[in-house]
Amino acid sequence: MEEKEKIDIFESAWRFLASVKLAIFTFIIIALSSIVGTIVEQGAEPAKNIALLAKFFGDNAAPTVYNIFAAMGFMDMYGSWWFTMFLVIFSINLIVCSIDRFPKTWRSIKKPQRPLPENSIKSMPIRKELKAKTTLNVAKDEFMNVLKSSRYNVSEASEDNSVQLYTQKNKYARLTVYVVHLSIILIFIGAVIGARYGFKGYVNIIEGRTTNVAYLSPSESYPLGFTVKCNWYETQYYGDSSTPMEFMSELVVLENGREVMKKVIEVNNPLKYKGITFFQSSYGVLNGVMDDFVIEDTESKRQTTLQPKLTKFPNQIGSFVIKLLPLNGQENTIALRRGDSFDIPGTDIKGTIVGFSPTLDRDRMTGALGTSEYYRDQMLNPAVAIEVEAPGRKPFVGWYLKGDPTWIMPEGGHELEFIDFRGVEYTGLQVARDPGVWIIYIACILMGVSLYLCFFISNKKIWINIAHEAPGKKGPVKITVGGRTNRNKLNFEKEIEKLLSHASDAIEGRSKK
Amino acid sequence: MTSSSFFDISAGAYIAAVVMYVIFLVTRNRTVGIVATAVICFGFVSQSIALIIRWVNSYYFWMEAHTSSGVVEGILRGAPLRNLYESLIFFVWCTILIHLIIEFKYKNRSLGAFVTPIAALALLFIDVSGVSKEIEPLIPALQSNWLLFHVFLSFIGYAAFAVSFGAATAYLVVVTESRTEKPYIFWSIISGVFLIVLLGMGIDFISLTALERGEIIRNHFLKSTLRSSSSAVVLVSWIASLAIIFSIWYLGLGLKKVFSSLNLTANMLDDIAYKSIAIGFPLFTIGGLIMGAIWANSAWGKYWTWDPKETWSLITWFVYALYLHARFVGGWRGKRVAILSVVGFVAVIFTYLGVNLVLSGLHAYGSG
Ligand code: HEM
Repeated sequence: MEEKEKIDIFESAWRFLASVKLAIFTFIIIALSSIVGTIVEQGAEPAKNIALLAKFFGDNAAPTVYNIFAAMGFMDMYGSWWFTMFLVIFSINLIVCSIDRFPKTWRSIKKPQRPLPENSIKSMPIRKELKAKTTLNVAKDEFMNVLKSSRYNVSEASEDNSVQLYTQKNKYARLTVYVVHLSIILIFIGAVIGARYGFKGYVNIIEGRTTNVAYLSPSESYPLGFTVKCNWYETQYYGDSSTPMEFMSELVVLENGREVMKKVIEVNNPLKYKGITFFQSSYGVLNGVMDDFVIEDTESKRQTTLQPKLTKFPNQIGSFVIKLLPLNGQENTIALRRGDSFDIPGTDIKGTIVGFSPTLDRDRMTGALGTSEYYRDQMLNPAVAIEVEAPGRKPFVGWYLKGDPTWIMPEGGHELEFIDFRGVEYTGLQVARDPGVWIIYIACILMGVSLYLCFFISNKKIWINIAHEAPGKKGPVKITVGGRTNRNKLNFEKEIEKLLSHASDAIEGRSKK
Repeated sequence: MTSSSFFDISAGAYIAAVVMYVIFLVTRNRTVGIVATAVICFGFVSQSIALIIRWVNSYYFWMEAHTSSGVVEGILRGAPLRNLYESLIFFVWCTILIHLIIEFKYKNRSLGAFVTPIAALALLFIDVSGVSKEIEPLIPALQSNWLLFHVFLSFIGYAAFAVSFGAATAYLVVVTESRTEKPYIFWSIISGVFLIVLLGMGIDFISLTALERGEIIRNHFLKSTLRSSSSAVVLVSWIASLAIIFSIWYLGLGLKKVFSSLNLTANMLDDIAYKSIAIGFPLFTIGGLIMGAIWANSAWGKYWTWDPKETWSLITWFVYALYLHARFVGGWRGKRVAILSVVGFVAVIFTYLGVNLVLSGLHAYGSG
């Protein structure tokens, strides 16, 4: 008794887990909760989402609603326990359902097709009847021919007064849905392997520097097991525009100090070494403490605070290439570091590099200098601040923009050109190892192929019963055709109609001869 | 002639075709029907020419900037699937193509009244939303063959879903019997909303042309009506919208009579709705989800990040998977699956436009 109850419980749990109702339910739950996850910004600062929620629930209720949502895991939903649980239920459902159904499908594929009584052919989803003035054998031959020319393998069974042809095509097409489902399970497996045995991190490498770790978070590093060096980083632009054409860095892999690999990587073209892939993902200028600069406006003698963000960087890297064009002297290009000074040859004028901005623009109308916050870390239009000292004048600071190159110095018309700033960009790399990705790719191929087969190849079965209308092997014959398919019934019906008309044309043709 | 004048011709032809298909539905005049088909073929040819010209131009545009690039690379990078504008145009092209195939195969042109408005809607949307029509340089993340196949296949899939939507709506019209039936209310509201958006964008378009001031066009989507800055206009628009939905609901039964006299049978519409999904689902799976994931993996090392665009594609995929299972295993038939097909297409629209315009994310590369 007890034993039987246990089996019942097991049995009904199994039924439940195999049911398509559960599948429909999880489809709906996953879809609906995903919608919430796309509206609420995932992993964002609380203030952002509170502002968002205020639009739906009003300012007063928003913080409370936020707390409830946050407690339910909606702020990091796709990693929350309950979302994971629905994904697990989804896969268990799929596995149980497949295990439950597969043996039946397999048996029905393996079971040889049998001739059927005329009545059951008449009640098939597709059924046709016709009469022909001919003999059993002629009708049989013609149908046989027509079926064979459509590549059906025909079997036949004869009785006293009748003969039956039966055939089927693509019986293994019934398995394709299992492959579709299997590929979904494989994707889950691949994702779990990737999450368990792989890692996703990032690292910024300053030009000329090396690293042997990547970062999983600002405080957690991951040893690579080898060293990567960034030789240089470069952004290429379309013509004179600010639309980037390519972000590229030259990376070198070093093992025990020896170079083992070198590659220029670009977006969509990463470097891969020992299973670890380095993707070009961002770049920037080494960023330090900001300081404000006080300059004197030469015309109004008013002291103004220059607002462009200045970037402090270590002195040992980065150099400013400056071309000097003294009024009556030799053109001269020099490279300087921050804090370095230079003289205009043949004069007492002295310049010192005091500041730098990766992006500085001069407003065309007002002439004011400014930096868009958005581009602050990008080397769009570098500018250098130079303090100029000339005898008998108060020192002042002027900005020299790379995009706006030649500047006449107020003192005596000497020209100075800021050619370039070299050496303190860094390349931002995504670093990933995903041992599950191959399983995912294989699963994707399987899914693509099997979905296609699933929709466009169907298992088609035909029965054709040919019988004398009156007993005694005489008179016209009655032909009953039945068909079954697992998909695209309308198409199959058309195919059968065609087969019939071909066969009956041929039969008529023979009786005329 | 330039590519954009051919586009303008085709847009004009498609919008004229909408009117003619509707007249055809009402009058059932054969000549009108033939003219409607002719106009749409003409529009299709001129759009194809425009696409080719644009492709050639983008090819030279690419080659000019990338002097070391090979010819094949230039052809791939020049393919007119590079931004929201081009993808909308391609979507319209595919939808019209599938529509013509169906019209030819089923020898029935009444479905045009349901499919052409979708194309017209997309074209009007381009003008009122102010998406950029320029040939723009490709930013680095978009220079990928995977991305190209991804966009190409997804949009054929979307177009197939659009046709399924048209057929499913028509199916609901044909099979519902009374105004109090839920599926009847559903289809009258859905087609009402489509009509309202179509009209609203038409008004946007007219007011935009009237006020043309040479300024940069920003997002004017429904700004002349439902999203107007004047609350009186908003109020009137809401009343008008409700009136439209109400009239469709009230007059819808008449439409059913028209349909049955046009040989639009429930079986045929159901068959078209299913077949379009049978074509769209594998294409969307392979192109939309799989190739998108491969592209993301090759660009960022992550094939799936749950960003809004990816998540919405997954939601769309689930709705159509639901359709297939409900239909083939769950035993759902008729109205219920037709409603799912409609819901699926609403999800498609959101994946395609809503995410770019409403939500922002990794993929929102075409925002106006
Ligand atoms: C999103 C994930 C899924 C996809 C893409 C998918 C895909 C498919 C497809 C394409 C078919 C064939 C439908 C047709 O006949 O046209 C199918 C059939 C089926 N699916 Fe799924 N499926 C998914 C999830 C599930 C789940 C979770 C279950 C769990 C019960 C399930 C159970 C079935 C069953 C029982 C069939 C019918 C098989 C048969 O004809 O013998 N599927 N599926």
